Formats: sequence, structure tokens, C-alpha cells
Amino acid sequence: MTANTLQSERIHHYLRPKKSFPNVWCAGCGNGIVMGALIRAIDHLGLDKDKVVVVSGIGCSSRMPVYLDFNTLHTTHGRALAFATGVKLAKPNLKVIVITGDGDALAIGGNHFIHACRRNIDITTILIDNKIYGMTGGQFAPTTPEGKIATTAPYGNYEKQFDPVQLAIGSGASYVARGTVYHVAPLERMIIGGIQKKGFALIDTISNCHTYYGRFNKEGDAVAMINDIRKQAVSVKAAATMSEDKLIGKFLTGVIHETDATEFCDEYQAMCERVLAKGGK
Amino acid sequence: MAASSKPKQDKQNTKKPQDNRYEVRLSGSGGQGLILAGVILAEAIGVGDGKNVVQTQSYGPEARGGASRADLVISDGEIYYPKSMKLDLLLALTQEACDTYYPDMKERGLLVVDSNMVTQIPTKNYYGFPFSRLAREEIGHVMVANVIAMGAIAELTGIVSMASIKEAVLSRAPKGTEEKNSRALELGAKVARAAKK
Amino acid sequence: MNSKNSKARLLQGNEACMLGALYAGVEFFGGYPITPSTEIAEGMAREMPKRGGKFIQMEDEIASMASIIGASNAGCKSMTATSGPGFSLMQENLGYAYMTETPCVVINVQRGGPSTGLPTKVGQSDTMQARWGTHGDYTSITVAPSSVEGCFYETVRAFNLAERFLTPVIVLLDEVMAHMREMMVVPEEGEIEVFKRHRPDVPREWYRHFEITPSLVSPMASFGQGYRYNVSGLTHDQDGFPTAKPKEIVDKLNKLRRKIERYSDEIIKLRTEKMEDAHIAVFSYGIVARTAFQAVKMARERRIKVGAIQPLTIWPFPDEQLRDMLKNVRKVIVAELNMGQLVHEIRRVAPRHTEVIPLQRYDGNVMTPSEIFDKIREVVK
Repeated sequence: MTANTLQSERIHHYLRPKKSFPNVWCAGCGNGIVMGALIRAIDHLGLDKDKVVVVSGIGCSSRMPVYLDFNTLHTTHGRALAFATGVKLAKPNLKVIVITGDGDALAIGGNHFIHACRRNIDITTILIDNKIYGMTGGQFAPTTPEGKIATTAPYGNYEKQFDPVQLAIGSGASYVARGTVYHVAPLERMIIGGIQKKGFALIDTISNCHTYYGRFNKEGDAVAMINDIRKQAVSVKAAATMSEDKLIGKFLTGVIHETDATEFCDEYQAMCERVLAKGGK
Repeated sequence: MAASSKPKQDKQNTKKPQDNRYEVRLSGSGGQGLILAGVILAEAIGVGDGKNVVQTQSYGPEARGGASRADLVISDGEIYYPKSMKLDLLLALTQEACDTYYPDMKERGLLVVDSNMVTQIPTKNYYGFPFSRLAREEIGHVMVANVIAMGAIAELTGIVSMASIKEAVLSRAPKGTEEKNSRALELGAKVARAAKK
Repeated sequence: MNSKNSKARLLQGNEACMLGALYAGVEFFGGYPITPSTEIAEGMAREMPKRGGKFIQMEDEIASMASIIGASNAGCKSMTATSGPGFSLMQENLGYAYMTETPCVVINVQRGGPSTGLPTKVGQSDTMQARWGTHGDYTSITVAPSSVEGCFYETVRAFNLAERFLTPVIVLLDEVMAHMREMMVVPEEGEIEVFKRHRPDVPREWYRHFEITPSLVSPMASFGQGYRYNVSGLTHDQDGFPTAKPKEIVDKLNKLRRKIERYSDEIIKLRTEKMEDAHIAVFSYGIVARTAFQAVKMARERRIKVGAIQPLTIWPFPDEQLRDMLKNVRKVIVAELNMGQLVHEIRRVAPRHTEVIPLQRYDGNVMTPSEIFDKIREVVK
């Protein structure tokens, strides 16, 4: 197990306590759990705070960078990956981490998401996947399951659902994992794995929005929802031995896809060197 | 061939206007290399002869097929309006180009046409040369018709020195085609010289 | 033979823009192909790898704008190039750049609009979009050359202004200028000033990324430099943290406006022709200014006392300068390739005795000298 026993004083080393607390999140929100996991992962890796850039878009999860004592860029809705691509290509020595939500990354930012995957640019993306738009008050997202209630799906959602994991794999990401806010230690390991991976990494993190999603769909409070997440999660290893019926209503967790593909900034650098070797032709 | 370096204004049948502005249009159909010819001519006049020149061209769908054109405005002074107003010289390599652009000419402007391609000529005041046929038969490459035409224009108008146009053509010519291009330019000048007599 | 002009080169407007950007030290280009600006991206794709610069073709213009803001915050001189429809898509993140005071240069090669409009034809219909294109209150710097040489120099100037005032700067071109070729001498290195972004050297604890200093422009740190600041498009305090305090909101918005207003004398650049004794003036920018100069020349040959005014800086609008220039002018013709945009600005600043006469063309072609000349003759009566 990684350092999830990180002392609270050590946590403060990575926070901006003066300005930005208390945070904007509802009590019981999974965002804080993910933030803790991210901090412990960074601490475990011993990254230089000055060389870490955390980029986000708009939404509840995207507020996270404000609290973190790194170089932080809180951008426009859906565009975090496009900004992050600029940062990373400009200064490939920086560690670039994107915090995004399901609406942010997959609806308004869907185009940027697939193209960041396709380029396999060395960015670690933590997608906090709570199946709903929280910041704007509970509208359905591309991840909302069919039949579920949201303010813009008052009679039940009749749209199909995106699977961010399959989308990332299909688009060319080299590290694709799914974690949950219940399974904190594995989540940390996945974040560590994603940061270490040279290439695009997605950690789809199943989280709870009890304030809207849970309330509209009678799924209980934060504890009840996180318990449900625990019950629905099946690790990739366990799933391998399970029958298909038993997997109905479950979702896979763990590192679902990992390959070694060339990375975008490396390829750009290699191209520049080739051009220069040929005398700029 | 000796470079005809001195502008032969006195021999031209078009007098330069008072503000010294001289407008040229090279026209034909897309693919005849007229825009490239325009760029080369502008380079020769600007870089080689040290005059002011602005080159504009048809752009977009009209540049791909149809009547394609490259315009030049030449002056010793500052060129304000960069497009042509009334042409001093029109080169037309197709009937369509001739029909389309003849009305843009000055009353006493000079028309130069490909005599095989342009058969209905709206004026008696013109020079006709079989540029495409000369390119094919004399040089062995139909693509140098534009270069032959530039040779003829240089000889007829003196808007560009022979040395400059030659340098500009050769600097743009693909490797291995220098000799052909050089011959094409000289051929153009030769037929023009003969026609003037 | 006339003197051989060995230093001069025949260049296209787009090419000159690209060379200007390289001269100014551009380090990052993010763009998306769009007619008639594509030659700039193509040139950058060729040149950047040879110079240690970065080029990326993004998935759309929204992403292009985002990428250059990201790169600028990482410390690179950054730019993009586009045309009308792409400029529309960039407005979202252009707003972000204004709000976050991120220097960058956006070249907009104007074509006819609205919508896809006239991709291969000329227009000036983004004049107001360059001022008010994104939502919210802000002040834009927009420059507009009228020659190939101008494309070079105004692009260098755009970078200098962006880096100095920590703001996006827009360069408005048009299809004709972008594609026409003219002679120009590319200056030697060091011949014209290239501004380098001021970096902080204070201890980390003292650094405030959005500090409101007396000069209103403060040094800007980059990601990775050790200052670890927050950048947000939310209205923020001087440390970059979101705020809802009325005073902090007002301070921020005032800063965005005042840092440009205060230096407007340095930013504004105009060219005039024969204005000394003119009773009639023609006001126009970009390619139309060339037409206007020609028309003025024609009119002067007929002893009509007419002059021309060309703003090379469109935004901030040269209010004071124009009030002064129009003092003795009875009539001002405002010639534009749109349905009337800058004419409203002229109406706003023109003295009461000066009649403002619009002259517009929006059929995808450049206004001709005779159109302006005819208008001059009409109003002189």
C-alpha cells in the first residue's frame, strides 16, 4: 500500500491554506478524496512542486487546482486538455496533470479529449466521474445512465451513455484505468502509474454526487452512494473469473489498458532533430 | 543574347502614365503557370531591377480552372492601390481570358495573345505569338509557354530587364530544366523582336 | 539596369507576418487551418522545428487559442493565426486571455462574413469583433497594417505590445493583403526593438501574479519558475484566487481597462497623408487605406483639398488624435469593407461641425480608388 497514511502536516505542504479554504465542495463529496489521493501520489513520487502544473476546466472537480500549491491553471469549460497540451509542448519538463469532470471532459470537451488521447501526449488526466453536472445544479451528463433523473431529464434520461474508458482506449491513450472514491489505495496507485507513464493517462474515477444525482434518484447520502460504488466495482482481475450475468450492473476497476506507444512531445523533438540533422530541409 | 537592360519607353506603343504606374495582367486558364509567371516577373522587377512592384492574383475556386490571372502594378514611386485599375498590358493565353479581361484595358493598352488559342481578337492593336506551339515544338515542353511569353513581354515593353527576368526564371526553375527555360525566354524575345520590325 | 535591390525580397503578406513573428522571437504556434490565413501556419510548421520553437496543429480554433495561452503561461512567446469563423471560435479563450492577462498574438486574416461567408474574398467585417468579440468588459489592442512590409512590422509590434502590457494583441489583416506580394527588406537582428517579458525576481512569498502596481503592469512569472501561482478565468484577486468581493472585482476590471488606456499614446499609431490643409478627410484602415491614398492623390491632382487618415492601431481607438485631426475638417468619409463599423466610432469622436459620410463595400472586393474619388467629388460640392 502507498502512503495513504500521509500525516496531515505533510498534506498541508501541498495545499494553499491561506486563501482558498474552506473549499466549495459539499460535505461528503468524492472530490476531496481524489484530491487527497493525488497529493499522496505526488508525495510518493517526490515530484518537485515547482515542476507540477495542474490544469482544470469548469465544474465542481475543476475547482481542485485552486487548493493545490502547484502551478495551477483553472481554465474554461471543457478546454483543460487543450490548455494542458500547450503547457506540455511548450515545456515538456513540466509534469502536467488535468483534473476534469464527466461533463467537462466528455461533452463540451469531448473533441479535446479524444485528440489528447490520439496524440498520446504525456498528460495525466483524472476524470472525476459522478454522472451529472453538479456545479450548475444537476443536469444530465454524457455519462448519466439511461432512465436516471436529472433537472434536464425530469422524466428519466433517454440518451445513451459514454464509457470514458473505452473512448480513451479507442482514441489512443496509452494508460487507461478506472478507480473509485471508495477504493482509495488503488486509486493512488493508478494515479502514480498514470504520472509515471510516458504518454496520455486517463484515470476515470467513479465518484458520488449525493446532492443532486443521489437525491434525484433516491440513492441516499454520500455514505450510501459510496457503498453502492463499492458493491458495483469489480476489479479487472476478479472479473476475469466471473460469468457475464454476474457482471451485469457492475463496472470494471483497475488498469484496464496499458501500452507503450511513442509520446507526442518526444516525437516532436525527434522530428526537430531529424530536420536539423539534415540542415533544416 | 544581349540583355536589353534599358527600358525602351520610347519604342512602346503604350506611354507610361504620369504617375509612372504601369499595370500588367497575365491571364489564361488554371494550370498554365501564370501565377508563377506573375511571381517571377515581380521578383525580376522588384529584386532585379529595383523598382516597386505589387503582385496580386486570382485566389480560391477561380484559380483552379476558369480564367486565372496574376496582376502586377509597377512604379518607381510608392504604390498605393495594389490592384490594377486600367491595364497597360494584358497577356491572354486563352480566348476566355481575352474576352473576360479585355474590357479592363486602357484604351491604348498593349494586348499580347497566344495566336493559336485566341482567334477572335477585339482589337487590331495587339501582338500574337503561338506560345503553346512554340513551347511544344521548339523547346519540347508545353509547360514553358509562360516563360516564352515572359521573354516576349520583356522584349516588347521593357518593363523588366532581360538579365533580371533570366535570373528570376532560373532561380525558380526546377533542377535540370535551366537550359530549356533559358532557351524559352530567348525564343520569346526573338519572336517579339521579329514582330516589332 | 536600375540599381539591383539585393536586400529586398518579394514577400506575401502572410509570409511577412510569419517572418515578423519569428523576428519577434515567437516560440510557440498553435493553430488550425483556415483560408485565407493558412500560409502562416504552413510557414510556422516549416520554420519552428529549425529554431527550437514549437508548432502544433490543434483540433479546432478553440483548442488553438487554449494551447497558446497554456504555452504563454509556461513562458513562451505564443501566437495563432486564423480567419473570421476561427476568430469566432477563439473568442471564448480570448476572453480568458484578457482576464488572465496572458500575452499572446492572434492574427485574423479577414474575409467576408457572417458565418462561412466568403472564404476567398476580402472583408473588414471583424473590426468590431476585434474590440467586443468576447463577452464581458475588457479593452483590446488591435493593430492593422496595410502593406506587406507593414505585416512584418505590425506583427513585431503586436508581440512587443502583448509582452509589455500582458494582454492578447490582435493583428487584423485581410485576404488581399495576406496574398499580395510586395518588396520588403527584412531588418537585421537588433535593428528594431524586441520586447522581452519582464520576469519577477522577488522572493516567492512576495510575488502576486495579478498585482496591481502603480504602473499597472507588473513582472510575470512562468510555470516552472518557482512561483506556483494560480491562474483563473473567474474574476480573481491579486493572487489569482476567485473573489466575490465588490472592491476586488472592480479593481480587477479597472486594471484591465486602465493598463491600456494609460499607455494609449504609446499604443496608438496613425498615418496621415495631405492632412495639413485638408477640408475633407478619408478615414480607412488596412487595404482600404491604400485605396484612399490613391483617391487622395487623384483628387489633389484636381486641386481638391482632401487628406487621408489611416489608423495602424484600431483599438484602442485614437479618440484624442482624431478630435485634433478633424478640427478643420468639414467632411470625413469613412471607407470600410463592411456595412459600417468604424463609422460609428468616428461619429462618436468627430467634432460637431464635421459631417461623417459612410462609404461601404461588402461584395467581397476591395474598394477602388474611383469609388472613393467619386465620393470626394460628390461631397466637395
